[in-house]
Amino acid sequence: MSALNWGAAEPHLPILLVMTPIFGALFSTFLRRGVLAWLLALIVTLSLPLMSITLLLKVLETGQPIIYKIGNWDAPFGIVYKVDQLSAYVLCVISFIGAVILPYARRSIAAEIEEPAQSWYITMYLLCLGGLLGIVITGDAFNAFVFLEISSLSTYVLIALGRHRRALLASYQYLIMGTIGATFYIIGVGLLYLVTGTLNFDDLSQRLSTAVADPGMRNATLTALGFIVVGLALKLALFPMHVWLPNAYAYAPSVATAFLAGTATKAAIYLLIRVVFSVFGTALSVEALPIPDLLLVLSLAAMFLASFSAVFENNAKRMLAYSSVAQVGYIMLGVALANQASMTGALAHIANHAIMKTALFLALGAVFYRIGSVLYSDMSGIGRKMPLTMAAFAIAGIGLMGTPGTSGFISKWYLAIGAIDAGLYSVVFMIVASSLISVVYIGRITEVVWFREPSPAAATAKEAPLSMLIPLWLLAGLTVYLGFDTRLTADVSAKAADILIGGIR
Amino acid sequence: MRFDLILRVGAKLVLPFILLFALYVQFHGDYGPGGGFQAGVIAAGMVILYALIFGIRAAKQIAPPAIVEMMVPLGVLLYAGTGMAGIFLGDNFLEYTAFAHDFLHAHEWGIFTVELGVLITVCSTMIVMFYAFVERGRS
Repeated sequence: MSALNWGAAEPHLPILLVMTPIFGALFSTFLRRGVLAWLLALIVTLSLPLMSITLLLKVLETGQPIIYKIGNWDAPFGIVYKVDQLSAYVLCVISFIGAVILPYARRSIAAEIEEPAQSWYITMYLLCLGGLLGIVITGDAFNAFVFLEISSLSTYVLIALGRHRRALLASYQYLIMGTIGATFYIIGVGLLYLVTGTLNFDDLSQRLSTAVADPGMRNATLTALGFIVVGLALKLALFPMHVWLPNAYAYAPSVATAFLAGTATKAAIYLLIRVVFSVFGTALSVEALPIPDLLLVLSLAAMFLASFSAVFENNAKRMLAYSSVAQVGYIMLGVALANQASMTGALAHIANHAIMKTALFLALGAVFYRIGSVLYSDMSGIGRKMPLTMAAFAIAGIGLMGTPGTSGFISKWYLAIGAIDAGLYSVVFMIVASSLISVVYIGRITEVVWFREPSPAAATAKEAPLSMLIPLWLLAGLTVYLGFDTRLTADVSAKAADILIGGIR
Repeated sequence: MRFDLILRVGAKLVLPFILLFALYVQFHGDYGPGGGFQAGVIAAGMVILYALIFGIRAAKQIAPPAIVEMMVPLGVLLYAGTGMAGIFLGDNFLEYTAFAHDFLHAHEWGIFTVELGVLITVCSTMIVMFYAFVERGRS
């Protein structure tokens, strides 16, 4: 794989990974035709996974982080981009999801967005992608905030372009919550700057460890931690700060929902892991913080309560949105347990959940493309008319339950081992129990889709076009493939977890 | 407001100085308070004042919406392009060293172009926002 030759551009890959989508976004504003903007975006997004894979391979090969100095200013003074195992892995996930959706996007956007807005939609998509990649790659706390805002602002537009009028309200709701989240994050960063006088993550962790000796500084640091964790928990939709998410996902255009479900919460989770483990963890030792216990309770609550909400939902997109909140709970559970196995599970689930949930939302997008609705009443019997689409949906759904032979099983397996290592056997039971609830909600939609008489809308539906089926089946296939070959997910996650956990001790 | 003679004449007198002050703030940003953002807002303020007194239609003749909309990404493009120029000259992103022989001189050039990009984007964004507010509920 290292045959990818970037020539003279090789040392600049970290910045190019962020700037390519941003340039793509800028140029697509000049292209007033949706098709042209889409073509440009296709080229841009397809180049990104190649870059991030190159970075990942390089980091895995050398074992050393790649540092890129913007403007050639040295680390604490200038902004540096730092690619280590963890960030390279998350970069791969985000850029891959961003690329795989694009071939699908053409028809979906053409059907759901009016023409003058199509190229703006593509612009926002690329801007959001660039922002998310920036959050993950940057080694600077304030720069991460800027990218958080870039991705959030473009997300608000993406959601607001939904066809239903409630999309505007959902977008506004997310705008308020997202702004509060970003503000809390920046308040926390401001307090850290007060304590240490630096914004660079590595420099922060070094200076914090000496600064916390003073009790006043220690209190300021703990306050900063509180603000940052709450702010990012809002962005990543940790229960009970998830209320913006179901509406946002339900009323956004199909492509935006699939993209956001796969990537947006993942970038926020990455940032939380980065701050809690790499900055606070080394300085204060994670055991001394109240954060893990709190996260443990909240993530368990998310796993159960959000799953219950999903069971009683009648809109398929909202159902999957609630399921996303539950799945974020699994990831945060692994983060909260904070041992080698649980962290591996959490990181592996970032990729696995991104792939499964994007597949599920793409399938629903294809249904919406054909019948214009994702309500259970309209979707009944659609499986007979769109067998390929709904079969892929079923495979990804089975993955979501955590059935052996799918990627969902791998991450839950590591999570369970992590819980056993932590001595919390009840948590193992709860992981299994909440997975059983997901059997109920996936089972319910499967029953509606396959075993009922076709509704009037479904009776006239046709199979989704090939440009939609190929990305969908690629992701559904990956769900199964990653259930057997764990080199890409669990092994890389284990290495990243080693470094994160190793940094604490 | 067609008969507000004092307002119209007064505005016409003030308008060029607003733009001049914007440019002063822009180019004086290296030595004193100011820079692209502030200058952009002041320059947009000129167009907005013009629109308030002479009407939105007249304002759209001096600042056509199509061009103003193009200016929004253009400024960012100038900023990002300056960054890329650093890479093409063999340095890092946003490194200005290769723009001139002297280190300080090179940085003056680099900051100048970057701030020009900020001016263009901030100014056009303010005007686009103003147009959007004015036209709310009209179409």
